[in-house]
Amino acid sequence: MNGPLHMLGASHHTAPIEIREKIAIAPERTDELYKRLKTIAGVEELAVLNTCNRVEIYTVTSRPESRDRLESCFCEFHGFDRETFSRHSSWLEDEEVVRHLFEVSSGIDSLVVGETEILGQVKASYARAREAASLGPVLNRVFQKSFQAAKWTRTHTGIGRGQVSVGSVAVDLAQKIFGELERCHILVLGAGEIAERTINNLKSRGARSITVSNRTFERAGELARKLVGCALPFEQIHRALVDYDIVIGSTAATDPLFSRQEAEEVMRRRPLRPLFLIDLAVPRDFDAAIADMHSVFLYNIDDLSELADSNRTARRAEIERCREVLESKARHLWKNLRLPRESPVRDRV
Amino acid sequence: MTLFLQMDDRAWIWAGNLLYALAFCIGLFCLLQSRRHSPVLLFILVAFGLVLQTTGLYLRGLEARGCPLGNPFEILQFVVWSLIVIYLVIGSTFRMSLLGFFSSGLASALGILSLLVADWDAVRRESLFGENVWIELHAALAIFSYGAFGILALTSLMYLLQTYSLKHKKLAGLFNFLPSLYQLEHMNFRLLVMGTLVLSSALVIGGQYWLRDLDRVDPTKLLITIGIWTAYTTVLVLRIREKLISLPLAWTCIALFLVALLSIPPVDASRKPATAPVETATPEPRNFPFQEAVPVRRSADTAR
Repeated sequence: MNGPLHMLGASHHTAPIEIREKIAIAPERTDELYKRLKTIAGVEELAVLNTCNRVEIYTVTSRPESRDRLESCFCEFHGFDRETFSRHSSWLEDEEVVRHLFEVSSGIDSLVVGETEILGQVKASYARAREAASLGPVLNRVFQKSFQAAKWTRTHTGIGRGQVSVGSVAVDLAQKIFGELERCHILVLGAGEIAERTINNLKSRGARSITVSNRTFERAGELARKLVGCALPFEQIHRALVDYDIVIGSTAATDPLFSRQEAEEVMRRRPLRPLFLIDLAVPRDFDAAIADMHSVFLYNIDDLSELADSNRTARRAEIERCREVLESKARHLWKNLRLPRESPVRDRV
Repeated sequence: MTLFLQMDDRAWIWAGNLLYALAFCIGLFCLLQSRRHSPVLLFILVAFGLVLQTTGLYLRGLEARGCPLGNPFEILQFVVWSLIVIYLVIGSTFRMSLLGFFSSGLASALGILSLLVADWDAVRRESLFGENVWIELHAALAIFSYGAFGILALTSLMYLLQTYSLKHKKLAGLFNFLPSLYQLEHMNFRLLVMGTLVLSSALVIGGQYWLRDLDRVDPTKLLITIGIWTAYTTVLVLRIREKLISLPLAWTCIALFLVALLSIPPVDASRKPATAPVETATPEPRNFPFQEAVPVRRSADTAR
């Protein structure tokens, strides 16, 4: 029998980047996580949403003790301290879950309120859960409805109006450091979507010299061709760092690619030229201690998102309106959510 | 029109300095409202202020029969004048955002301070080596270099502010309009080279005369002047060798300019007052030009 709807997760609201990067799920380990979570007794439906700002597990369970079991399983999977995770995670139930997913898909819950990338990420997670055959009628419906809610929000409200992207903030910062971007040499580590968008922003403001490096050299070559740049074998990035002014990190590496010692060595060899490091990756690609160095400017995804969302006050009314509409839609869905062998959930609750 | 004809040198200088202050206030008002001020308006106000200040200094020059550098008031006014001239050249050539705002702020602060301290304009000092045009040039170049170092201190301050904003992720308000670090770093280097070269030229010219008659040179002035020149030259050499860059360079340039400013009173005091004081032909106001004028005595420049 299907049970109540739950969500266990940590996001930028509950956990700083130092915690989020430790609990982020590497793409190659997603299958393993699904397998482990499926073994928990009582879990009947399951979907994992994993982005740079959140890791959330949506479940339909029939046992009241499922939070403990989910937490234990997840922390065991990561080798992460259970108590710390409990402190930085949240647990939602039933209608709250529906409302939360609606807000997540619509970008209301994002660090940069109104951003649209999140919808693609939610859709990808949904597709991944379908592949893992872990969805059932409840999560299927809730996810489908969340896509519709996101579409409605985008069409009928001005939530995205005046919103600034992370990429354009990064470009503004680059101009504050280097002025004209024509003479800047840019290195992109990883071939992620956000990195590509950031590069396109840099190009639109005059950047010309772009190099892409990725663990898979073919993928780097592909992106380099697309961006009219060149590709660099991943093994050479440490040696080549000294030649670049702007370095964008967006790899899925689990440990930092560059330590403070390496950055100090690079700056010794180019004392007059500042270095701008844009860390879009979670877990982060650059050692956080680099930020304290002279002439080195390190911005991670949280820093950029906060700057991008600095005009949030101006959009507060629109955000509130969105929230109200999504809440009523969530309530409506929850009331009408029919489970396979039962009457609407509301009767049971 | 009659008012303009009746204005004496200090009144013209007051008017020029007030225009600098007005430009600064307009810039500040816009910044407080987080909007970009009109650089053209600021430029025009400052340029017009320079015309008025130049008129005042010209009238002083006629009276002194030479470059008016006879007391701390005149020296500071000449520093302000040089600073503004350099800003107008740099501002129009390199289009450096906020430089006009900072320049007008420093110029009005120094200028109005020198106008308010009556003692600084009470006595005119004796000129060394009489009316020699090379000595006039030496003095003018030395003070002009202070103008360059003043702008250097401002661009250094802007560099510090921009670095602070980028390091602390505070990009709103004033920080939003600062020039890039790259532009500021290059401007600092250019101004350091320019100031040091001008000061070196001044010392070379002055040195020709000092060597001929060492007894007439006060050791305090000589030591301070050579000390400042040595300090700036050392900074320049270290910068060229990339040993003193970015934040330490900016802090050093600001500190050195403060030292240079503070050296003006002792250098001035080391010179002898003119020997035969005479009543000035016109009564001179000490403070605001349109206040009631109080007749005062100013030393005649009899040594010239």
